[in-house]
Amino acid sequence: MAARFIQKILKQLQLGLGLRVEARDAAPAIIKAQVNTTPAASRAYSSGTKKVTLIPGDGIGPEISAAVQKIFTAANVPIEWEAVDVTPVRGPDGKFGIPQAAIDSVNTNKIGLKGPLMTPVGKGHRSLNLALRKEFNLYANVRPCRSLEGYKTLYDDVDVVTIRENTEGEYSGIEHEIVDGVVQSIKLITEEASKRVAEYAFQYAKNNNRRKVTVVHKANIMRMSDGLFLRCVRDMAQKFPEIQFEEKYLDTVCLNMVQNPKKYDVLVMPNLYGDILSDMCAGLVGGLGLTPSGNMGLNGALFESVHGTAPDIAGKDLANPTALLLSAVMMLRHMELNSYADKIERAAFETIKESKYLTGDLGGRAKCSEFTNEICAKL
Amino acid sequence: MSMLARTLGRAALQAAATRSLHISTVLREESNYGANRTTCTLIPGDGVGPELVYALQEVFKAANVPVDFESYFLSEINPVLSAKLEDVVGSIQKNKVCIKGILATPDYSNVGDLQTLNMKLRTDLDLYANVVHVRSLPGVKTRHENIDTVIIREQTEGEYSALEHESVPGIVECLKIVTAKKSMRIAKFAFDYATKNNRKKVTAVHKANIMKLGDGLFLKCCEEVSKLYPRIQFEKMIVDNTTMQMVSNPNQFDVMVTPNLYGAIVDNLASGLVGGAGVVAGASYSSEAVVFEPGARHTFAEAVGKNVANPTAMLLCGTKLLRHINLPTYSEVVQNAINKVLNDGKVRTKDLGGQSTTLDFTRAVIANLH
Repeated sequence: MAARFIQKILKQLQLGLGLRVEARDAAPAIIKAQVNTTPAASRAYSSGTKKVTLIPGDGIGPEISAAVQKIFTAANVPIEWEAVDVTPVRGPDGKFGIPQAAIDSVNTNKIGLKGPLMTPVGKGHRSLNLALRKEFNLYANVRPCRSLEGYKTLYDDVDVVTIRENTEGEYSGIEHEIVDGVVQSIKLITEEASKRVAEYAFQYAKNNNRRKVTVVHKANIMRMSDGLFLRCVRDMAQKFPEIQFEEKYLDTVCLNMVQNPKKYDVLVMPNLYGDILSDMCAGLVGGLGLTPSGNMGLNGALFESVHGTAPDIAGKDLANPTALLLSAVMMLRHMELNSYADKIERAAFETIKESKYLTGDLGGRAKCSEFTNEICAKL
Repeated sequence: MSMLARTLGRAALQAAATRSLHISTVLREESNYGANRTTCTLIPGDGVGPELVYALQEVFKAANVPVDFESYFLSEINPVLSAKLEDVVGSIQKNKVCIKGILATPDYSNVGDLQTLNMKLRTDLDLYANVVHVRSLPGVKTRHENIDTVIIREQTEGEYSALEHESVPGIVECLKIVTAKKSMRIAKFAFDYATKNNRKKVTAVHKANIMKLGDGLFLKCCEEVSKLYPRIQFEKMIVDNTTMQMVSNPNQFDVMVTPNLYGAIVDNLASGLVGGAGVVAGASYSSEAVVFEPGARHTFAEAVGKNVANPTAMLLCGTKLLRHINLPTYSEVVQNAINKVLNDGKVRTKDLGGQSTTLDFTRAVIANLH
């Protein structure tokens, strides 16, 4: 974000100074070199390690978080964990909410890893996931889904990334019963949020060497709201001519995805569609236990595993830490610690491919600790 | 509704009575009261629609089906040639049955309307229930096997209400309307359908954890109606989980009842599982009339004139129509011919991995009629 801002200012300065065309053409190379050394990397070098907030979560959360920590230690990743508890406490206003210490921690570290959280029904506080999302302005949810070698599903060629707008749309929470038996729910689409997520999607595609971005919409039915979203993405596409761009209806994507998932690469869409498609894609590759997830925000980024807390196997050393581990790998890439990310990812994929130490959900018999140790050994 | 029940019941009775007879005698029997022909409204639609309905007409002609078509070209992307909506609606109201291709919807209306032509047709006729029976077909190889699911979708309100406004520039509000009346109506339709067709389970698809009032109301109505049908199992499932379950374990679903948008999603997803948009038929019901159209609504515009589209979905619409207007033996003849061609696997259109054309497929079906 900051890097892009600097880039913008530099560009304006050059224009203002009336630099010659040649000079302007040469400029991006210089800027690029600067960008590469900017945010995470330089800060990491200056203090040696970087702090990351860890929210272990409920149920199997603590075990899989411990597994991830162990693997990170084995790989000598230069980060320091700051574990915080997000069990709701009663605030000064009498409402239950996330403890201030946790909020402060994420706000200073700007980056966090989170295990599954349980939302108690009817306990008088709203979903913690939602609270965290609001607190850190997490506007884009990124979920890469890739078929894993070694765990066979009916679909073996999936490699898609769903990017979902995460702050408005159908989840605006504005609903009312006009008269008895007639409810209207408002889906809110704004230009600001649509542009923001569109820009993120194209930037993501560029940074991760993806070739195509598909916008998923239903503008044939919701002509104004989805129409606005579509227009924003369309406009953004022109700024990234190197990335292929296509527009598809939501139903077409659903139909084609189960027939030939290879048709799609990066998908960007409003909130509800993203929710549905990301879970569907996870289903294609074997469920939520294998898919990582990242949330990009204005005040930081939060990486999480999106599966449940599995209270039935909690504490029995049976859980599969893959989703959280892959989320942590995503986090490393976000922090530009790519070499560590690649190393850990390779070890994890190899372990799954060898199928010697698979946890119960993948049809194996290994314990969580055995799976973890095998990955550590491969490092 | 009651009329529908009667017709269906009669069809079932007749089917049971005649199935044991030799087919040719039955055919003669039916053509004896051949003066009694049925008129059916026909909307070819956009994209490959005209090619597909042509295939259907050819098959009907070859099978001597006593149905006459009253054809109207209705189109939103080609407004100049389009027939008037009132005329089409009038025709369907008169005939009570209609075969329809898919109408393309441009992102922007040429008259600035928020409602699409499809929506207008559905609201004018009050075609509230869309039924798509997704079934694995013989001879069509897919990842999943033995899928047999019926998706019943409310299609007159919800996200498709076409109520939108731009409060200030750059901020658009889109209203999703859910009413108890229409939710009850679709729930009752779903449970009635399940009862009539000996189905065991109805699954309500929703997102009431987020849209607590809107989808909550829909869910509450389904729950209430389910209490009146103690023999049918009722379950609810959140829409994202539904899609995930559908791609990993589709055999768990029996009858599904959904609000408008989720229905569109599940319809298409399920169609994808059994071979795509070219092989799944659907029908939209009002209390008076039925419109038969392919289950996954795609115009396949890129294939226009190439003679490559798969007419199976449209032909299956035809068999559904014949069953509905109480000509079960004709329906069976056509259905068997389609099954035979699919099973033989010699004539396959491109979407099923073959090289044959629409026309080849149609001819093969005709050759297998007798």
